[in-house]
Amino acid sequence: MTRKRKRLILVLACGIGLGSAAALTLSAFSDNLVFFVTPSDLAKNEHPGRQLRLGGLVEQGTVVRTAANGTAGVRFRVTDEKASVPVVYKGILPDLFREGQGVVVLGSLQPDGVFRASEVLAKHDETYMPKEVADALKKSGRWNPSAGPPPPASTWNEPIKQASGQPPG
Amino acid sequence: MLHRFANPGQFLRLSGKVLPWLYWPGIILTVIALVWGLFFAPNDWQQGDTVKIMYVHVPAAWLASAGYFSLAVCSFISLVWRHPLADLAAVEIGPVGAGFTAVCLATGSLWGKPTWGAWWVWDARLTSVFVLLLLYLGHIALVRAFDDPTRGYRAGAILALVGVINLPIIKFSVDWWNTLHQPASIGLTGAPTIASSMLWPLLFSAIGFTLLFAAITITRTRAAVMERRIRSLLMAQASSATEQEAVS
Repeated sequence: MTRKRKRLILVLACGIGLGSAAALTLSAFSDNLVFFVTPSDLAKNEHPGRQLRLGGLVEQGTVVRTAANGTAGVRFRVTDEKASVPVVYKGILPDLFREGQGVVVLGSLQPDGVFRASEVLAKHDETYMPKEVADALKKSGRWNPSAGPPPPASTWNEPIKQASGQPPG
Repeated sequence: MLHRFANPGQFLRLSGKVLPWLYWPGIILTVIALVWGLFFAPNDWQQGDTVKIMYVHVPAAWLASAGYFSLAVCSFISLVWRHPLADLAAVEIGPVGAGFTAVCLATGSLWGKPTWGAWWVWDARLTSVFVLLLLYLGHIALVRAFDDPTRGYRAGAILALVGVINLPIIKFSVDWWNTLHQPASIGLTGAPTIASSMLWPLLFSAIGFTLLFAAITITRTRAAVMERRIRSLLMAQASSATEQEAVS
């Protein structure tokens, strides 16, 4: 066996060892690597008083804006379509906050079952859609943004080329 | 075959011919893509103008990972076959890759504030890309930390190969764990979830950035090869001068 061959085998063996070690570590710590828990996770395990992040969609028709002593507040429910958790928050909401939008709220579950948030982040999904397309889809009744995610891009990607007059490249 | 391309003289000849074909199309495509993306592509219905950060952020992110992969390939060749050209290329890829990673993180942060409402969050995607930047910086420091450059090359190559484990973590972090960062809009399988009027400038920008990355890296490697030649010439001159002195 030449020295080059020996080195090649050594490097590959180290790679396999290191790769499996990393894979085992990551799968073991998988629970700690999530950025947020879902409402169903929260329903399964009680975390009263513990600071955590809750993620899901803002449930349709649940957003109530409140204003007390000059600070804007909001009440809404966060849902993952299996469970939903009521959230209260006082402060400035991100621009993208709306019904049907993905959000991640930082706070803790109170004994009364309400999640008191100290921070609200909007989660953007992987769909990038021009304004004209969104308006057309809403107008034609093919999509209601507060009800859920948009239809697949393949269903609206063809019409917009004509509508917006963009050269396809 | 590898030996033929790894010959420094051959590399200088070949890369000299290839370089203009990387620089010019790279510059032209990037300019077209940025003008197209920033001025002609439509705004997103939710993000508004902020979506245009994508035309810099996404190609920078792709090249941060692809650059690290090329660094790892050079490191592998350098460890197993001990090609001096692979050593030089690895040293020269480092700072370029670190630059692209920094651009990716900075533009992402600028996008995150108006979109998410936070400059930075410690989710799996953002954290793994930050680790990538640290790996680049660690590599840059390590290869220069030894008096004997060969030892620096070996140590750097081992670090680079260990760090490869981070690449699948970056790619799949958004699928394996729930993150604030959205999953990929463009994949090898399945239709893209991005309007084609935004996808085209993005693809132009990605190709332009890639060509420029290659051009910058090859230019740096050429400079490193020439530097090494000058050094060995000077040393040969100095030693012949001392020999002559000894004779006279």
